Amino acid sequence: MTVACGLLSVLQPDESNYEMSDYEGARARWCPGCGDHSILTSVQKLLAAEQLTPEQTVFVSGIGCSSRFPHYLTTYGFHGIHGRALPVATGIKLTRPDLTVFVVMGDGDCTSIGAAHWVHALRYNINLTVLLLDNGIYALTKSQTSPTTPQGFPTNTQPHGSWLPALNPLSLALGVTNASFVAQTAEWAPTHLYATLRAAYHHRGMSFVRILQRCPIYSSAVYQAAIQDPARIALLVHDNGVVVPDLEKIYTTQVGHDPGDLDAARRIADATGHIHLGVLFRDPSRLRYDELRRVPPRTTNERLTLIEAELDRYAV
Amino acid sequence: MTSTDAATLVPSRPCATRLTEHTMEIVSDSGEGAQKCGQIFGAVSAKMGNGVWTVEIIPAEIQPPPRVPEGASGYRIRIGEGPITNWGDATNLALAFNEQVLLARHRLGALAPDAVLLVEDKWATDDDADIRAAWDQGLAELSHCRYRIIPVPMEAECLTLVDNPRKGKNMFALGMLACIYGRDMERIKEQIAYAFRKKSKAVFEQNAALLRLGYAWAEEHIDFRIEVTPAPITEALVVMNGNEALGLGAIAAGMELCAMYPITPATSMSHYLSEVFDRFGGIVHQAEDEIAAVGVAIGASYAGKVALTVTSGPGLALKTEFLGLAIMTEIPLVLIDVQRGGPSTGLPTKVEQSDLLAALFASPGDAPHVIVAPATIEECFHIMVTARRIAEAFRTVVMVLSDANLATGVTPFPRPKPDARWQAAPLDLAPVAEGQDAYQWDARTGLSRRIIPGQPGGAYTITGLSHDEGSKVAYSSGVHQRSSAMRSRKLAVLQSLLLPPTIYGDGDGDLLLVGWGSTKGAIEEAVDRARREGMRVSSVHLRFLSPLEPGLTAIFARFGKVCTVEINYSDDPGDPFINEENRRRGQLTWLLRATTLVNVDCWTRVPGEPLRPGSIVDAIRERLPRGGAA
Repeated sequence: MTVACGLLSVLQPDESNYEMSDYEGARARWCPGCGDHSILTSVQKLLAAEQLTPEQTVFVSGIGCSSRFPHYLTTYGFHGIHGRALPVATGIKLTRPDLTVFVVMGDGDCTSIGAAHWVHALRYNINLTVLLLDNGIYALTKSQTSPTTPQGFPTNTQPHGSWLPALNPLSLALGVTNASFVAQTAEWAPTHLYATLRAAYHHRGMSFVRILQRCPIYSSAVYQAAIQDPARIALLVHDNGVVVPDLEKIYTTQVGHDPGDLDAARRIADATGHIHLGVLFRDPSRLRYDELRRVPPRTTNERLTLIEAELDRYAV
Repeated sequence: MTSTDAATLVPSRPCATRLTEHTMEIVSDSGEGAQKCGQIFGAVSAKMGNGVWTVEIIPAEIQPPPRVPEGASGYRIRIGEGPITNWGDATNLALAFNEQVLLARHRLGALAPDAVLLVEDKWATDDDADIRAAWDQGLAELSHCRYRIIPVPMEAECLTLVDNPRKGKNMFALGMLACIYGRDMERIKEQIAYAFRKKSKAVFEQNAALLRLGYAWAEEHIDFRIEVTPAPITEALVVMNGNEALGLGAIAAGMELCAMYPITPATSMSHYLSEVFDRFGGIVHQAEDEIAAVGVAIGASYAGKVALTVTSGPGLALKTEFLGLAIMTEIPLVLIDVQRGGPSTGLPTKVEQSDLLAALFASPGDAPHVIVAPATIEECFHIMVTARRIAEAFRTVVMVLSDANLATGVTPFPRPKPDARWQAAPLDLAPVAEGQDAYQWDARTGLSRRIIPGQPGGAYTITGLSHDEGSKVAYSSGVHQRSSAMRSRKLAVLQSLLLPPTIYGDGDGDLLLVGWGSTKGAIEEAVDRARREGMRVSSVHLRFLSPLEPGLTAIFARFGKVCTVEINYSDDPGDPFINEENRRRGQLTWLLRATTLVNVDCWTRVPGEPLRPGSIVDAIRERLPRGGAA
């Protein structure tokens, strides 16, 4: 089996030339103006740019608006349960390294109900591209407070405003031992979004990308100021980060930041004031659980011989 | 076979009693090695050709203080001339490292009224007056019974060889037992070498010396011998516990990934797999929690691998949402639940069969899936092959309900003959034909072809939302009705392939006992005893709980009464407030009444230990007054 599955991709070399439209699945049913549309387009652009075979690519999601993502693609998709996309993706990638696996989660999915898996997936550092589509609210269930809802922002569950300061996903991710790639981008800056997705895809290990995303219905105010006033955004620039020359005219605040510098990454993540977009941290040398756990495949006959040897140990 | 014959060494041969079966236990404070001693004794007895069943005696605390009844830790071994299928009723000979742990066993009713008790006597002369007083009181309590108490200077003897008798006293004890029971010393040494294979040669030598010392001491000072004649071994046997059998069975069944989170009493299964699985190309993944463990297994199975997750009751509770997803998306999955006492943290190390209904209704919504229960340690091995096949053929979740009794019990059984077909690839990897749906349900059976990522032409998005054949989210009520029927139908199809259960005893009679899981040996022994007393009682033992084995209603109709025997809680008739309507019955009883409409009675107990055949015989007598003459 181990042999057979791996051969699926080897035996069927893909000579097709894929256009973006080849990755377009069902018509996306997000609200007009939802930031998820932009993210879907950037992802389709990435798939085409990388010429990823749809049948050898898997998108795993949880539950929430953003988790409808796989339905709108032509790859394999796994639309699972709330908060649990990462364990499923771990099971897939751990046993099928030949597949390209993306994970799409919302903020409730990733940072609330699935927080345990998020922390441990960062530590496992399996070769997954993990996207957090963070609109700061539960939108599918119509406006409840999420861990990333800004303090004071009213919702149906906390109508007088969120009681506590928002959880900072970047600080948390950078605090996890063995995390290897942490970036932040925004769906309203599509060139930056695309460049960041590309960098994340090419990272070997778990790349964690927080994508700031508007919900026009329930949390449009959350990112409004940043969208209207580019001065609130600071671009992280470095040769080892993402470089988007076009944007430098719009986002005039630029911070030189070497993604190899974890202490600086943590300071940037914790900083109040500007919203930083770019790669905060990247260390491709960190241990990868999927590589550590790779076992040589065995043929049926080898296994049978080994089972007999094992039974010998227990023989009367 | 190099049998050491005590008769050639002792001029005046002590009184030897020949028995068809006998139960012995060794009990000590936690950490004094009684369990290792017992394990070696059990393994050697099996290798000599005796029927063997062993049970761990587990203390209530991890590090109990020394010399307290709650700290009793040890091993019970029942041996027989023929096969032994359960732990029996009571211990005939106990060897104890102090009188307090012996008192614990006495107060629990674990000791036969005429048991022989060998007990370390150093406490009688201890420097601490409190200990001397406790010894005197303890022995006084024990001497009110018909026990034969034999003080043994175990530690004093060990001190002639070693500085720290706390380490190695168990080997002295093993030597004594080897002498009393005429065990093969060469085999014992081999077994010691295996048990201490990770330790130095010096450790082995010291243990072997203590073993000989104990043997010699018993030869000189013990005036009786017990003979349970081993039968010649005519077929290849293996000896292991139920968790090892599940692990080896998983390997033989071609499993490739076991995702788990530590939980008693399931964990030792993954300990075993962790030691060997990578040699077979398999992975044991210890996940961050129970939920992630089942999620990883589902992910691997979705990707085309043969995956399982192993847990116990509290873990089953945590996994339920994911189980619903696997059933809804028709992803094959094998889940092992090694049951313990519940609810909540319950009795982590003790046997119970109280997860049946939780397993049956493990998910909200209608989530039909398969439940099987091995009845013996041998079946723990083979059931893994069955579970995998059914999970894949029916694209569903198969739960395997084992329990703490099977998990830690050790018994010999015929050596399995692994088959290459058990390892076969689970699915057709050919490209998916154009227009084929993600769930091409056969309208009669609900069965459909499984497709995995990487297969050209597939590229489906599967979802836990209600969906049609094409895995398109269902927005009409008709789709949900039909897809629910397709998932449900599979159970009926599976049942149509099963045979009715075989009846132990006559095909008709006054009373039929119905059991499931680890109680088979005790129930059948009780049936044998009751039938010898003239009672018209038979039993059936179910391996399939969902779907139930066919033909039960017809079988039940041939008996005057039907009664389940289970290790789970039920109200007793006659208890305050209890009447026929509000009586909460055993879990299998509940299921059988619902499916057969037969007025099935139950006798269930939750003693935190396996059922004793003698107690089942008492329950039979209660239901068949006047010796069963109907």
